[in-house]
Amino acid sequence: MSILVNKNSRVAVQGITGSEGTFHATQMLEYGTNVVAGVTPGKGGQTVLNGKVPVFNSVEEARIETNANVSIIFVPPPFAAEAIIEASEAGIELVVCITEGVPVQDMVKAKRIIDQNNTRLVGPNCPGIITVDECKLGIMPGFICQKGNIGVVSKSGTLTYEAIGQLVNVGLGQTTAIGIGGDPIIGTTMIDVFALFENDPDTAGVVMIGEIGGQMENEAARWAKENMTKPIVGFIAGQTAPPGRRMGHAGAIVSGGDDTAEAKMRILTENGIAVCESVADIGEKMNKALNN
Amino acid sequence: MKIHEYQGKNIFKSYGIPIQDGYVIEEIEDASSTIKKVQKEFNSDAVVVKAQIHAGGRGKGGGVKYSPTAEEALTNATNMLGMNLVTHQTGPEGQKVRKVYITEALDIKNEYYCAITLDRAKTKDVFMVSSEGGVEIEKVAAETPEKIIKVWIDPLVGMKSFQARKLAFGLGLTGTPFKTAVKVFMKLYECYQGTDASLVEINPLILSEDDRVIALDSKFNFDDNAIYRHPDISDLRDKNEEDPTEVEASEYDLNYIKLDGNVGCMVNGAGLAMATMDIIKLAGGEPANFLDVGGAASAESVKNGFKIILSDEHVKAILINIFGGIVRCDRVANGVIQAVKELGLKVPVVVRLEGTNAEEAKTILSESGLAIIPANDMKDAAQKVVSAALKD
Repeated sequence: MSILVNKNSRVAVQGITGSEGTFHATQMLEYGTNVVAGVTPGKGGQTVLNGKVPVFNSVEEARIETNANVSIIFVPPPFAAEAIIEASEAGIELVVCITEGVPVQDMVKAKRIIDQNNTRLVGPNCPGIITVDECKLGIMPGFICQKGNIGVVSKSGTLTYEAIGQLVNVGLGQTTAIGIGGDPIIGTTMIDVFALFENDPDTAGVVMIGEIGGQMENEAARWAKENMTKPIVGFIAGQTAPPGRRMGHAGAIVSGGDDTAEAKMRILTENGIAVCESVADIGEKMNKALNN
Repeated sequence: MKIHEYQGKNIFKSYGIPIQDGYVIEEIEDASSTIKKVQKEFNSDAVVVKAQIHAGGRGKGGGVKYSPTAEEALTNATNMLGMNLVTHQTGPEGQKVRKVYITEALDIKNEYYCAITLDRAKTKDVFMVSSEGGVEIEKVAAETPEKIIKVWIDPLVGMKSFQARKLAFGLGLTGTPFKTAVKVFMKLYECYQGTDASLVEINPLILSEDDRVIALDSKFNFDDNAIYRHPDISDLRDKNEEDPTEVEASEYDLNYIKLDGNVGCMVNGAGLAMATMDIIKLAGGEPANFLDVGGAASAESVKNGFKIILSDEHVKAILINIFGGIVRCDRVANGVIQAVKELGLKVPVVVRLEGTNAEEAKTILSESGLAIIPANDMKDAAQKVVSAALKD
């Protein structure tokens, strides 16, 4: 078991003929992901990746022809929100948007559509999802992961890889690792992922990687106190971030109140999460939490 | 992206929002004629001289001067133009005043606060007003939150009159001012949406003695991701208001923010960059910067990153922390060597490379003969770079 994706997920790649799309679709195939279709308007009828993947003009066509139930988006920012809406309207169950730089107003509209259609969206501006040894749906490097019983949820990209590395160092593997993205408006939230991990029999513990800005980590911590039985280890990046400056991610800005690293670390601790001051302590903390 | 008060007011004007109007000067030679023009055009003897810098808190710092006569206005403009204005937002070194805005003076009956921004959790815009205008709104929010009236607006539906009425009633307005305020609020929301703003704020919005509702100030933050649809707004960027190194970094597509410490760092990915700064601090050092060279760091971006970090003379040691996922570490290592050879090794450099081809990368660095300090993991790297910075 795992969450969101597994070896049976049938993946359509939106923007497969672009350079990013081609590169990562190839990497996903090599990992063993079941990539069944590509979508690029105007390029329907072609096949790509050494003839392994047929290209369609629309997501709807791809779904009808190949039974794709999952899509991943590598289209440029001005068109990314529309790509999300297209996938949702086509009946895709899970949409992962890798694209960075989607305008907030576009995302607000896309979010409304996916909520209406009950589509699950991960991202935008995220590294995607990996269920170890089964399905890599995104840009995460597969080789750093090791099969095991820890779930990872994170707002970040490379920091997620670091967290996975810290787990592997102490001998802890992962079920699924998911990067939800650091934008102000995103699809799947930390609470959503907590709920999925709580219900996954193979996941024994959860690592959450948050950062400054917004209230998501705080809400997730409060929810976890009431609803989670599995141990959670948390880390919040940005303890040294100055207020008022956007630290890379569109959502990573301290605007006052409970969105500083210090406040989030306190709220996480109050709600029973084992908080690491240093990212280097994640593995050790998780080992300890599992043995308690 | 941020803009100046006068630029924001011009945007307000184009949306039909009444403003305290005036003209901007950059040269003191233009002051006298501009003062006369403002006096004549807006029929007011008194004018207000306002320093145009991006930071807030200008009034307290001496950057806003009521001037009852043309002579006083000229003196104030002369003093202000070129001065280093220090406010609670500029830091102790202040910000040089390159533009001065000369506006009409208005008789104020009441001051209000008004702002629109996104409420992430609700996925709606929140429109806030308060009768406590002209003061620090953070203080109002903390001490008397009941004095802030809020409505949440569905961006897909737009603002409805009942919402604008709730805000205007909440401010205790009646009669003509009430009707005007409702119109102003509706237009302000239209302006917020139309410009892809992430924040628009008027502090203060005033009720004048002759019962007009007027924006006395303007503050905009724009969604950087949407700026491509607004070339006219993009043109308003004033690079003089930004740290020159940060401007240079943005030209290289690097995300750099200067901080006060002496340990420079270069990292791929924003989250990992923040975590690296944090671990430097835990190891007893102070980070000199935030620098994200992008998830897919290249030899070129590493070289440019080096240049940017070394331009800060406070930097005593540099930590390069790259987690190679898609990017190959051996390429990054070659980039580091190339950069060090071109720019010289002025301060100790600690390098930690993890991920794809990390072993090859370590070999490349150790065989280069350069005095690069290798590190095994983040903790090791942080300790090494902090002790190197302290040694100097």
